[in-house]
Formats: sequence, C-alpha cells, structure tokens
Amino acid sequence: MSGIALSAIVKCHGATPVLRGISLDIRHGEFLTLVGPSGCGKSTLLRIIAGLDAQDAGEVVIAGRKVDGLRPKDRDVAMVFQAYALYPHLSVFDNMALPLRMRRLSGAQRLPLVGALSRGRRPIEEGIRREIEETAALLDIAHLLSRKPGQLSGGQRQRVALGRAMVRHPAVFLMDEPLSNLDAKLRVQMRAEITALHRRLGSTFVFVTHDQAEAMTMSDRVAVMMAGELIQVGAPDELYVDPRDLRVAEFIGSPKINVVPAAALDQGTRAAMIAVPGASTLAFRPEAAELCAPAAGVLAGVIVTVENLGSDIFLHVAARPAHSEGTLPLIVRVAPSARRFAIGEMVGIDPDPARMLQFDASGRRLRARERVAA
Amino acid sequence: MTAVAPVTPRRLSHASLVAGLAVAPAVTLLALLLFGPALAVAVFSLTDWQIGAPSLRFLGLANYQALFADRIFWTALANTVVYVVIVVPGTVGLGLVVALLIEAQPSLRGFYRAAHFLPVMSTMAAMAIVWGTMLHPTIGLVNRMLAELGLPATNWLRDPHTVLPALAVIGIWQGFGFAMVLFVAGLKSVPQSLYDAAAIDGADRTLDRLRVVTLPMLGPVTMFVLILTATRAFEVFDTVRVLTQGGPNFASDVLLHRLYTESFDFLRTGYGAGLTVVYLAIVVLLTLTQARVLDRRVHYT
Amino acid sequence: MSTLAHLFRMLRWRAFARHGALALTTLFALIPFVWMLSLSVKPPEEIFQPEFHLWPQQFSGVENYRAALTAAPMHLFLINGLFVCATIFLLQMLVCVPCAYALAKLRFRGRDTLFAAVLVGLLVPPQALAIPHFVLLHVFGLLDSYAALILPWVISTFGIFLMRQFFRAVPDELIDAARLDGLGEFEIIWRVMIPVAVPAIAAFGIFSVVAHWNDLFWPLIAVRSEELSTPALGILLFRDDEAGQFLGPLMAGATIIVAPLVVAFLFAQQRFIDGISFTART
Repeated sequence: MSGIALSAIVKCHGATPVLRGISLDIRHGEFLTLVGPSGCGKSTLLRIIAGLDAQDAGEVVIAGRKVDGLRPKDRDVAMVFQAYALYPHLSVFDNMALPLRMRRLSGAQRLPLVGALSRGRRPIEEGIRREIEETAALLDIAHLLSRKPGQLSGGQRQRVALGRAMVRHPAVFLMDEPLSNLDAKLRVQMRAEITALHRRLGSTFVFVTHDQAEAMTMSDRVAVMMAGELIQVGAPDELYVDPRDLRVAEFIGSPKINVVPAAALDQGTRAAMIAVPGASTLAFRPEAAELCAPAAGVLAGVIVTVENLGSDIFLHVAARPAHSEGTLPLIVRVAPSARRFAIGEMVGIDPDPARMLQFDASGRRLRARERVAA
Repeated sequence: MTAVAPVTPRRLSHASLVAGLAVAPAVTLLALLLFGPALAVAVFSLTDWQIGAPSLRFLGLANYQALFADRIFWTALANTVVYVVIVVPGTVGLGLVVALLIEAQPSLRGFYRAAHFLPVMSTMAAMAIVWGTMLHPTIGLVNRMLAELGLPATNWLRDPHTVLPALAVIGIWQGFGFAMVLFVAGLKSVPQSLYDAAAIDGADRTLDRLRVVTLPMLGPVTMFVLILTATRAFEVFDTVRVLTQGGPNFASDVLLHRLYTESFDFLRTGYGAGLTVVYLAIVVLLTLTQARVLDRRVHYT
Repeated sequence: MSTLAHLFRMLRWRAFARHGALALTTLFALIPFVWMLSLSVKPPEEIFQPEFHLWPQQFSGVENYRAALTAAPMHLFLINGLFVCATIFLLQMLVCVPCAYALAKLRFRGRDTLFAAVLVGLLVPPQALAIPHFVLLHVFGLLDSYAALILPWVISTFGIFLMRQFFRAVPDELIDAARLDGLGEFEIIWRVMIPVAVPAIAAFGIFSVVAHWNDLFWPLIAVRSEELSTPALGILLFRDDEAGQFLGPLMAGATIIVAPLVVAFLFAQQRFIDGISFTART
C-alpha cells in the first residue's frame, strides 16, 4: 500500500511561515490535487514529499515508511516538473534511461568510456532498453527516442517527462504544474491523457496546480490550500456544493460565486435570506438564482455584460443593494433562447434560499443545521 | 521633416538620406582605417618598401619565402603554440574549478569573485614588471620560497627551459579570473529544476550532479571560453616585451613580438607585412572556428 | 538525529575544503599586488636583504612614492590615459551609434553589405593594422601626438556590432511612436535610443576604457615622447629610466599606474564584471 501520510508539516523561509502545520492522508492509488493561488505553499509541500526540501517540523510517511531522513531517490517517488526539466544534452532515450542507470549500474559502470567496457553492463543495458521501449510505446513517443529535447514540441516534451517518471514504476507520481507550459487546447487533451494514465497505472498521483478547472476535472480528491494552510479536502463536487470556507467557495467554480455582504441588504431582504444567525456574508452560485422583474427580486441591478456561451448565458449585473455605496457585481446564469438581453437593462435577481451559502465574519461556513441546534 | 510629405518616393529618398548620413562617418572610417589598411598590408608584403623610403620594388612572394626560410619565425611560431597550449588548459581549467567552488556555497562569494577578477583589470605592463621582480633569481619571492623548501634557485626568465612556462603562468594569472566570471554566468543559468530532476533520478552526490547536469550544461560556455582564451593567448605581447624581449636567444619570442620587432625596431616593413598577413590568417582561422562553435552552441535548446 | 549530525559534519567539512581551496587561488591572484605594495614601501637595503618581511622594518613609502612621482611624469601618464581613453570612447560612440541605429532600424540600400563588412572587420585583430596605421600617421605627420594614440581606434566594428544587436531588441513601436510625436531620426537616436541603450553603452565603455588604458602595443609604436605616454607605456619608460633601477620607486610607480582601474573596479565591481563579460559574450 503506497499511500502518503503527512502530519503537521511546518516550513518557514526565514521568519515567514510557508506551511503552517499541514496534515493530510493520501490514499493508495488516489489522484489527489493540491490547488491554491500562487504562493500558498502547494509546491513547497510537493517538494517536501519528494525530499527536495526538508520540512522544519512534522513527518512524511510514504507507503508505511517514514522517509524524513531519506534522499529523494530513495523515496520511490517520481516527479514531473513545470518546465519538464529534461536534460537538454541527452537524447529522449538517455533522458528516460538516466534514472534506471543511476539505480542499476554501479559507480564504476557509470564512468564514461571505462564503464562501457565493464562486464555485466551489457545485460543491464539491454533490460533498460526493453523497459524504455515499452514505456515509449505506451506514451506514443517510440519514434522520438533518438531526438534531443530541443527538437520536440511542448506536448512531446511533456510525454517524455512523463516517460522518465514512469520507467521506474514508482509508488508515487508527483506533478508540479506540468500542464502550465502548454497551450490551451493541448492542456485539455493532456488532462485526459494523464487521468487515463492514472487509471492504467493505478499508482498514487499528487498533482499541483493553481488552475481550479484542472483540479476539478482530473482528481479523485482536491485539497485546497491558502496561505500555508489546508482549508478543505474533498471530492470536486463536494468542494463546489459544500465549501467549508468562503475562500474555497470563491476559488472553486467558474464563473465565480456571487458574494453579498449581509450589511449591504435592507432589513426585509436580510430577514428573508439569512437562515443562520451571525451570518455576515452570503454567497450563491450563478446557477442558484432566477431572473425576475426588477421590483420582484431580492436584488436588482443593471446588466453590464452578456456572456453568451451558446449552451449558457451568463449575465453580469451591477446590483445596487440598499445599504451599499457602490455597486455589487453579480453573475447569473440563464438558459439560452429565453429572450434577448440588452446592456443597461434593469433586472431583478432572486436567489434560491436553499442553495444560499452563509459565512460568518471570519469566512467560516455556517450551516442551517446549526440554527436548529441554537 | 515637413508635415506634408505624402509622396512615397520622396519619403523614401528622405529615409535613405537619413540612413546615409547616419552611416557615412562609419563607412568612411571603415574604408580609411580598416579595409584600406588591410589591403595595404597585403600590398606591402609583396614589396621591399621601408617606411620613409622614397621608392619601392615589387618582389612577388620573396618576403614570404624569406619568412618561411627564417628559423626565428618558426621558433616564434612554435613558442606561441607552446604558450597557447599551456595557457589555455591552465586558464580554462583553473577558471572552471574556481567558478564551481565559488558557486558551491554562498559564503564570501563576492570577495572571491572580486579577488580573482582583479588581475583581469590590472595593467599588464605594470604587473609584468612586478612579476619580473617576483621571478628575480636572488630577491624574487618565488626563489625565496623555494629556498625555504630547500630547493635550488632558478633564473626563471633567463633560462631557455623555464622562460616560456614562466610567461605562461603569468598569462594564466591574468586570464583565469575572466574565465571564472564567464563560467559563473554559465552556472547561474543552469535551471534549478534540472538539479531537482537529477536528485529524483538518483544523481544527488556532488560528482553525479557534476557529471549529469553541471558539466554538460556548461559545455557551450566551455567551448566559448576555450576559443576566447586561445585567441587572447595567441596575441600575447606585453609580458614578452616587458620581461624578455623574446630572449634568451629567442626562447620566448612569439609571433606578435616578432611582428613588432621586425616592423618597428628593424623597420623591415615588407617583411613585417608578410608576417602580419600570416598572423592575420591564423587569427582569422581561429576566430572563424569560434564562430562555428558559437553557432553550434545553440544545439542544446 | 545521528544522520543530521553526520550531515552537519559533512557540510562543515565541505565549507572548510572550499575555503581552503579558494584561499590558495585567491593567494595566486593577489600575491603580485601584495608583493608590489610591500616593495613599494621598502628601502633598497631591505629589498635586497636575505630575510623577507611583508611589512618593512623601516617604512620608506613616502620616499619611494615621491621618487616615482618626481622622476617620471606619473601624473601625466594618468591624465594622458584618462584623456585618450575618454576621447576614444566618445568618438567611438559618435561614429558607432548612428551607424548601429541605421543598421538595426532603418532600411537602405547596401545595409546588408555594410553589416557584412562590419562582421568581416570583427575578424581583423587591431595589431595586424599597425603597419599601415603607422604609415598613414607618418604621411600626415601625426606620429608622436595624441592624434596618433586616438585616431586608429575611432572606428570600432565591435562597438557597431554590439550596439546594433542591442538596438534590434528595442521594439519598433517605440520608434514609430517617437516618429508620430514628430521626432526626426537623429532626435530619435539622441532622445530615445541612447537613453534606452545606457546599459550597453556602459558595458562597451568599460570594455573600451579598460582595453586602451592597459594597451601597450600601439602606444609603443605611436609615440616616443615621455609626456605623451599612456599609463602602460609610461611605466615601461620609467623602468628603463635611471630612476626605475630602484625597485622601491618602480613598484610605487606600478602601484600608481594600476590603482585607478583597480579602485574603480572595487567601487563598481558588478558593472565591471557585467561589462567585460557582456561584451565578451556578444
């Protein structure tokens, strides 16, 4: 069983804390994504799992074995880097062979010239060649083996980087934003390929990204990190429907969730919408509200932008709540073909109270159930 | 420029007028100070002309025949080659090692970099004089230190066996800080992610990191430094002029010093011009090799 | 815990080895300077005595430096160096910058030919042109003058090449915007390109000044008079002089010649290192 157990990982750069006590269990064979805005510490956490950085406190267990003192190569992990980190002077074949050679050949056998003469190297090299050819065939890069990375396209380099990670059959794959250097179309394609790869290999994948769409589409579970803390871990739809923190609600989902400060609403609206005492912020998804006549809506405002995606139309509305100085930007999804919307048109918005999320002043989610208890 | 200049031909002629004005001084001076003189050297080398002489006679290739028959020319050429063969590996090797050591850890980095670069900045003529006193047979630092170790004294700059190596050491002293700086720049451009990848792949000991990442990534810089150092070593002049004037008995004479002596001490202009043409040919060959290597240095990416 | 302690010991050992090795190479790099300074403050008898002290028992720095400054016009060597280097650099810029701008940003007939000529010019080592330059200056009666020291260097194919490469990286929009604002081409050079190119100009300036301050080959050919000597030639003349037979004053003289660039370097290390390696790598 090759799960990963992190307990109370702390890391500081000088006086500034980067990770503030991260505990997380990653199950064997799971595809877990660490997601968060840049600088939230997700890459640092990945590097600590890999052994490239050492934590200041806490413990890393991989496959039931404490690995804190172990060097990266002894942790049975492979890593795919953001810019792929392929050795530019080596052919694709030699790039993929390097991790195997470093493990299987002795120091003397690895020496240039002399090593080639040593007995016993031959059969090892043949084994390595066989395995690389298998992996290359799997990734559809067999025809590229003699090329240098500089002669490959971005997508091909990506596959080579995956291949270099795969040849060793590691227990754990670590991926540090591996898709961020690809163009949009290729990125979507590689998402599918990586999830397919995960299903076929059945190994544990830990995937780091700042792109919530990647996290939502690829993972079994998503761990949302903010400012060095793990805020919520859960299946993608769980994070979307049931966020435990306003920051998670805002980070997950596109277009963004609508956030309404309770103080901006007038007395009647507040009473109608707030289901939990103490809620200071309300939020609802664009699809959790209906359009209505300006006077009939809980909120009303002017259409600023009409974003027509064909299957959906997103209306960007500048609402003017009663107790607010400025306008409040809201997004509402409407089904297409209903009618045409004109910019500047006044509309009313009527959120579904059952799907209204409520948060306290510190951004913590308040649940309706708690009102019953109170 | 007038506001109304809509006709294309007029605008074009105006643009080429501006361009012409901009390049005119450079073009004139290139012709006058570079290409004209280069042609003149070639012509001089075919005559018996001497500076100040009222007339000249066309000699054909006689100057070159004399040159190639001249034992001293061959000695100077051989000395230059020996000098280059010592200085280049010494400078590049020492520069590389120092760069690796300096970049290995952050402490005192700035100090080491400045200290090693100091010789590059210093006036070689003056420092050659200083080296001369350090290599002095009786009061020199080198022999004093050898005496402390109980070793015999050597007259470094007067002994035909030691004079070239001694000059080469001075050459290395002057150049290795420069090589170091270029290597440091090369080291800084090696992406950290390659070291990370190497650590995951199992190459995490110093020597493995050197073999798998650092040295291959420095390959292009190394070729560049090699050629640059070779070109500079080939142009050695100051130390020879200041310290040995080619002696003893031409044991330290080098091409550029020969060129200077023949042309400006003995005023054998035709012969000197022939020597210049040969020198030019060698330097151009070296530099073209450099250009080819530089072209190939993009082959990694 | 024991692995940590082991790691710590290993790191300590590494740091020790690194500093040890670098101390040796630093010694190699600096010892001529130390030796020069040490002799420059010693009286003759101490230089010749069998035992060696880094610091003199009898301090003769004042006498030695005074001897160096009075026996030879040291201050003139420095002023000449400054004047010659500054003039060469200014004239080089005056010639190079418009030409480089035209090569980089203007279209005109013969542009490619001119650039090819510049590239060929890069191949020619300046020493190879010494004879015709000498003849040319001789014909115009300019030998043994400041002009002789300066004129051959006024055109720098390297400077044209370097500035052209730098100008090419300047976006065309910037120039087009300036044209729309009503600037003429030479105003563009002066008001737009030169301010943008300050790093390249500084780098080339450092390269040029260092090269000509330290040059011995050409001044040796071009001038005979002591009062026209540049620093490198000056120290050589001083040594071959009667006064230079005394090592103390000679080392004091060498210190005076070497000091300006070394001090400038110590004050602006990064600029010098960048300048010299930048110009080497282009």
